[in-house]
Amino acid sequence: MFDFSLLWTVLPALGKGALLTLKLTALIILLGSVLAFPVALCRNAQSRTLRLAANTYVMFFRGTPSLVQVFLLYYGASQFQTIQHSILWPVLRDPFWCVLIALGLNSASYTGKTLAAALAAVPRSLREAAFSLGLSRAQAFWTVELPLAVRAALPAFGNEVILTCKATSLASTVTLLDLTGTARLLTSETYAPYEVFLGAGLVYLAINYSLMFAMRRLEVLLDHSR
Amino acid sequence: MDMLHGFGGQLLLGAISTVELAAASLVVGTFFGALGCWMQLSGSRVMRGIGYLYAAVIRGVPDLLVVFAIYFGGSLTLATLTGRYVEINTFIAGVVALALSFGAYAAEIARGALLSVPQSQREAARSLGLTRAQALWTVVLPQAARIALAPFGNQSIVLLKQTSIVSIVGADELMRKAAEASGATREPFTMYLAAACIYLVLTGLATLCLEWSERRASRAFGN
Repeated sequence: MFDFSLLWTVLPALGKGALLTLKLTALIILLGSVLAFPVALCRNAQSRTLRLAANTYVMFFRGTPSLVQVFLLYYGASQFQTIQHSILWPVLRDPFWCVLIALGLNSASYTGKTLAAALAAVPRSLREAAFSLGLSRAQAFWTVELPLAVRAALPAFGNEVILTCKATSLASTVTLLDLTGTARLLTSETYAPYEVFLGAGLVYLAINYSLMFAMRRLEVLLDHSR
Repeated sequence: MDMLHGFGGQLLLGAISTVELAAASLVVGTFFGALGCWMQLSGSRVMRGIGYLYAAVIRGVPDLLVVFAIYFGGSLTLATLTGRYVEINTFIAGVVALALSFGAYAAEIARGALLSVPQSQREAARSLGLTRAQALWTVVLPQAARIALAPFGNQSIVLLKQTSIVSIVGADELMRKAAEASGATREPFTMYLAAACIYLVLTGLATLCLEWSERRASRAFGN
């Protein structure tokens, strides 16, 4: 009933799918982390308009399923003639870019919220101490507040990395052959769902537990208090 | 509803299915979570092993893969058992997959909450003559429930959003209705945006309920 040799035959194909999963995860995390900074700064800003904008952004991306976000971009963009005739079309026509942008924006909302909370939790006295030592506002932010906030946000960021890796499976819904997409294709070719999905599951577990381990190492590495 | 070309009613029907799907998965998933937690805290090494393995495996793979595995694996199992091709019910397959996923997180939440109640509470209850079951039900569980409330509620909201992926195997819920409406009207952006707004309302309402129950539960601590 369960064919172990089949599990071995599908592994190379699954490995190829896993490469796309890894590539997407890395790029989404990169995009999400970069965008998280403006989101966090706006959330903590003095200006009410900026705060409102950031909070609306975070509310939308946290309050709706990632699948809707991917579909809105991938299928939704084609509704507008202006987009189809613009220079953006080669990007928005490509499922890879759509998944990357949609999930990147999604990741930025989660990471941005975490980072904003971490920045707000840095004691004011530290900034005042930095000022009293003659550091400028920018210097105090970059060399004192931000490193502390990043370190505090790291455990939550680690979870976000794992969640992102799992969310990349949505790429399979817009025709991409990531790990889940490949498993889906192999199932219809081999009619062997047990072996194929078990194989795919094992590859996901290997990826996610490696990521988890790496994030823990990073936390220890950056923890200078030990 | 003119902007939706008469599909507003369909989308609302889909929203009701989404809520049903989420509610059913929440009930079954809470059962899986309780079972998983009970196994993780069990005295038997085999039970503990199974309990931890369940949580570790499910939390390490995407929900969409679990949905596919249950749907296609379930179809094959049913076909093998009955000897003919059976169209598996997408609602049931969806509930099983979502509940398995929810249960894995719920088990961790429940275990964490139970272990965070000081051992002395249980000992004090036992010394007052309560049986083990009484100590658990009347002393430990009420305290653990308050600790578990917030993470459990957040996970329920994640579950509500995750119901959308069951549309990929054809379950008839909000995302599916939006996809059908997109195909019929050729206005995917409008339809998916409408779906997004409905999801926003649902998760917003769920968040309000959660905040209300958290406030209510914290009254017992004197604030």
